[in-house]
Amino acid sequence: MSIYLKLGATLLGFLIVLNWGMLMSAIFRKIVARLAGRHGIPFYQPWIDLLKNIGIRTTLTHGVMFYLGPIFRFTGALGMFLFMPALFGSDLWANFSFQGDIVLILYFQLFGMLGMALGAGEGGHPHSTIGITRGLAQHAAIELPLTLGIIALAIQYQTLSLNEIIAAQQGGMANWSIFTNPVAGAAILLAALGAMGHSPFNLVKAPNEIPIGPPTEYHSTYLGVLMSSGAVLHVMEAALFMNLLFGGATSWPEFILKTFLIYFYSVFVGAVFPRFRIEQSVVWFFKIPLALGILAILLISF
Amino acid sequence: MNDKINEMLQRSAQNANQSEKSFIRPEDEEREVIAPDGSTIKINPIYDYFSGKKPQEEKPLNGVVEKFLNWARAESIWVLGFGTGCGSIEIPPLMTPRFDAYRFGVQMRATPRQSNAFIISGYLSVKTLKRVIRSYEQMPSPKYVLALGSCTINGGMYYDSYSTINRLDKYIPVDVYIAGCMPRPEALLAGFMKLKELIKEGKAEKANEYARNFDEYKANQKKIIKDWNMPDYNW
Repeated sequence: MSIYLKLGATLLGFLIVLNWGMLMSAIFRKIVARLAGRHGIPFYQPWIDLLKNIGIRTTLTHGVMFYLGPIFRFTGALGMFLFMPALFGSDLWANFSFQGDIVLILYFQLFGMLGMALGAGEGGHPHSTIGITRGLAQHAAIELPLTLGIIALAIQYQTLSLNEIIAAQQGGMANWSIFTNPVAGAAILLAALGAMGHSPFNLVKAPNEIPIGPPTEYHSTYLGVLMSSGAVLHVMEAALFMNLLFGGATSWPEFILKTFLIYFYSVFVGAVFPRFRIEQSVVWFFKIPLALGILAILLISF
Repeated sequence: MNDKINEMLQRSAQNANQSEKSFIRPEDEEREVIAPDGSTIKINPIYDYFSGKKPQEEKPLNGVVEKFLNWARAESIWVLGFGTGCGSIEIPPLMTPRFDAYRFGVQMRATPRQSNAFIISGYLSVKTLKRVIRSYEQMPSPKYVLALGSCTINGGMYYDSYSTINRLDKYIPVDVYIAGCMPRPEALLAGFMKLKELIKEGKAEKANEYARNFDEYKANQKKIIKDWNMPDYNW
């Protein structure tokens, strides 16, 4: 297969993921609105918001890092997409996954966040700094159970390649890691709540206490780039958990259905539970999810 | 310490006599100070941290592109969450099931950098006016102002108050007035619809008007704001 065909397919896949992410964020807000008894936004609102942000005439910069922050964030989202097999068993949509891609994907997940921290830090707004401090503290707490769960799966399947982990789960729901290794699955899914960034773990952006958080100073096209990379990140994080625990996807409808269910698992938890404060959230991750992560490692090792 | 402050106060009093009027507070004046390493340096507290650049008119794009962007702007109005007077109590109901402004693409934002519309909700005291100007100037263009209540038109029931302004459009340009005391949320929704019409017709270019008549607006603002401790334009 020629490299051009492969690149074209990857680009098309990226567009599908981007638009699916935007639609998911619209559905999320629609569901929250219906829970509150409102009609809610039109489903195409995120695209209009994106267009509007691109169409803004004034663009200010606070320096080079401020400029690079959204680009780093976008790179993180793009990297997660590029190195994760979107569809299992497809030459076109396996993207550029390779042996050891899990490590790279976990790194890319953090990379966007660090870039954002540097960029928003140069913006100089106190709310940005508070948001970043909270975000990084919470991310450290999320990363521990998440990584422990993933290492438990890696030991179970004796591989660090997502493709091989998905291959090992084929042949019916009973083979999915969530059933073959429920302890690691529970650790990863509890950490997933934090990684998705919805309530009760949404104090990074915390709309009512530190308005908007890290992107306080970001506007116009910067914000457009942040919005679109956020959409891709949400889908790809759901896709990561889908590949690790729920047997991957072999077609786009299956991909969309599974990412939808995983994403909305975090949305519905968020619709029920109010926001944690930072010390509560960090301590929460250090209790049950971390214990489950350690237990998963112990169970699989001995 | 007191001597220094007295000296600064005297100097500012002299300045006030010399030129027309200097509203800059003594601690914000341009002056020489002794740095921690013992050297003497010149500081200008306002312009060391902020840009002194004046706003420029930003011309709309041509034809269909601008029309398309205007449609997007009209369907996605992000409102700055800044209540100035009693009218701010009329804004939260907009987001409740009864009025639900989200249907029309109206959303609240917490930071001026991401907002397009500014609701001046009711009477505006001189102290608040200063914050309003700062926030308004930090919003990226194109930006729109909705003036809520009769206080913003002619002062309303505060017309003879010592601490409020009477006519808002002397200080910042206004796109839509919503009359009443207080206008109900329905009136506010009607105001949003009017604003959408204006944007779609390409008539909501008040940010450019502000840039064009910048000196006039600044003169008006400086006439009533006594402690002017900010740059002339807040980028």
